[in-house]
Amino acid sequence: MNNYLFELKEGLLISLRAIRANKARAILTTLGIVIGIASVVLMSTAIRGIDNAFQTGVASLGSDNLYIDKWQWFNNDIPWWEMRNRRNLSLAEYKKYKDLAKLPVATAPTVWSNQTVKYRERSVEFIILQGTNEDYIKTTNLSFSEGRFFNEIESNGGREVVVLGSEVAKKLFPRGGALDQFVKIKGHKFKVVGVLSEQGSWVMGNFNPDNQAFLPIQNVFKYFQSENLRSVTFNVRAENSSMVEAVKEEAVGIMRRVRGLKYNEMNDFSINQQEALLKTINQTIGVIQIAGLFITGLSLFVGAIGIMNIMFVSVKERTREIGIRKAIGAKRRSILGQFIFESAIICLIGGMIGLVIAIILSLVINQFLPTSVDANAFILAIVISILTGILSGFAPAYTAAKLDPVEALRYE
Amino acid sequence: MNIINIEHIAKIYQVGSEEVHALRDVSLKIDKNEYVAIMGPSGSGKSTLMNVLGCLDTPTKGLYDFSGTNVSQMNDNELAAIRNREIGFVFQTFNLLARSDALHNVELPLIYAGVSSSERKDRARLALEQVGLSDRMHHKPNELSGGQRQRVAIARALVTQPSIILADEPTGNLDTKTGEDIMALFNDIFELGNTIILVTHEEYIAEHAARIIRLRDGLIENDEIVTKRFVPKKNGASK
Repeated sequence: MNNYLFELKEGLLISLRAIRANKARAILTTLGIVIGIASVVLMSTAIRGIDNAFQTGVASLGSDNLYIDKWQWFNNDIPWWEMRNRRNLSLAEYKKYKDLAKLPVATAPTVWSNQTVKYRERSVEFIILQGTNEDYIKTTNLSFSEGRFFNEIESNGGREVVVLGSEVAKKLFPRGGALDQFVKIKGHKFKVVGVLSEQGSWVMGNFNPDNQAFLPIQNVFKYFQSENLRSVTFNVRAENSSMVEAVKEEAVGIMRRVRGLKYNEMNDFSINQQEALLKTINQTIGVIQIAGLFITGLSLFVGAIGIMNIMFVSVKERTREIGIRKAIGAKRRSILGQFIFESAIICLIGGMIGLVIAIILSLVINQFLPTSVDANAFILAIVISILTGILSGFAPAYTAAKLDPVEALRYE
Repeated sequence: MNIINIEHIAKIYQVGSEEVHALRDVSLKIDKNEYVAIMGPSGSGKSTLMNVLGCLDTPTKGLYDFSGTNVSQMNDNELAAIRNREIGFVFQTFNLLARSDALHNVELPLIYAGVSSSERKDRARLALEQVGLSDRMHHKPNELSGGQRQRVAIARALVTQPSIILADEPTGNLDTKTGEDIMALFNDIFELGNTIILVTHEEYIAEHAARIIRLRDGLIENDEIVTKRFVPKKNGASK
């Protein structure tokens, strides 16, 4: 064991010596690996970042939630014109559904409208206003930084109250104190009764509750949208994810009854779930991942070929040195080790430089796109670069180890 | 005691479809603390014989016994170990590592012998002192004269305290004066009790040896003791 350690250490020192003696060449050689590792790391952090953003975005929909809607959101196996021709879901239908449904823990109707919200000289343009009722909060995991959600009396009475998402509140009230102030939407005054705490999810954009405001559904119909032009979405929450299927089946049954569908008629509504979205997203990300890593992997492969090429040249160039070493007693494995070490070290140095470049670039890119740099990527980059070095150094090193000392010494 | 005992060795190279008999039938014994010169014109087989004696190559036929070990059938790695421990090489073209200083060049065989770094340095320094280069330890080969380079090579050959020193035309790349200095150094080394085998085609170089073996066409033509200048110390100082 000690012997092997000794040989390892000496092999390492010999290789370091050789690299130091050929600095310029080592740097040029390593460039391919620098670029390869930098692009692989960058690509994987970018993919991870996008993936994270999507996952947290989707998770905000809630895994226990169903959305009964005129439209099917994802996996569109139904032609869009067919969905367009469906009857809108109405608030009246929601009430019937609510009375009949036994399984959900909470249900709420929602309808949305794009509106600009103003407070004095400040305004936020075209955010999503969600019209809903007091039960909405029970169908979500939203929490409050101040105030509360509007209550049943306010909801049923169609009072002019509003709950602001954290971003909306921040823009309108940069110094805080939104509570009990009146904001103006399309000229109508609404009293702020609550501000949501930050939910933080990048991908949902305008669909992020941070960028929304909530008010009683009647107000949307009264001030912003004609009731029969908008289809209502029913948010339905199951007790837990194992109940989701049962809630869904019950919903299909009730909705068919409510809408008076005959046995041979298709459902003219869709029940949407986070799961379906996740599936779509995962497929897409999977494709991006494979394509991205394949392309960046190619650049790493090209770098590896470069290393192999240079190592072959180096072996040829140092044939005489190899002859000398063998004549004075270097065994095959010493020579093999020397050259493999050399290529592994060159690659490792290249990998580390590539890693630093990737980190710097990902910090820059992070200003526009989410990237996620993690320790795993670092370890992976280092392992990959060492492996690349060993693999691309092996063939040249083996050629060197096999050289006949007599011929190698005669080599000019 | 015989260090080297070769019996009826032959070395045949295949060059194209033709067989080249570099050595036909050579038998030879060399004792401890002998100073032997191997001579012969080019093509006589002396280089091949040197390669075989130096365990750089194995004979096609015959037996090679190196201080009691049969080395004629050994594989690459076993031969490397023998070369490392038992043989010190001095070449015509010095064969130093160009990018390493004198000290590291002399250390090199000790690395492959598994000697620790500090001991290596001490022994390499001692060997360089022995050849009179204690003030040139950190010079690279291109900063040294031809004679100094050869001295580094000799120090490298001595540092492992090998059983034989094998010198292949050690003065071939040196001027006469420097050549004589190097031969004087070999004489000193010999007097310390080392065994030296010298391959040369120059009479006046060979005359330093106590025994001259002449080869021609792969056979020993002549093997004589010529104690002109030195008497081998059969029972003198050991190495």
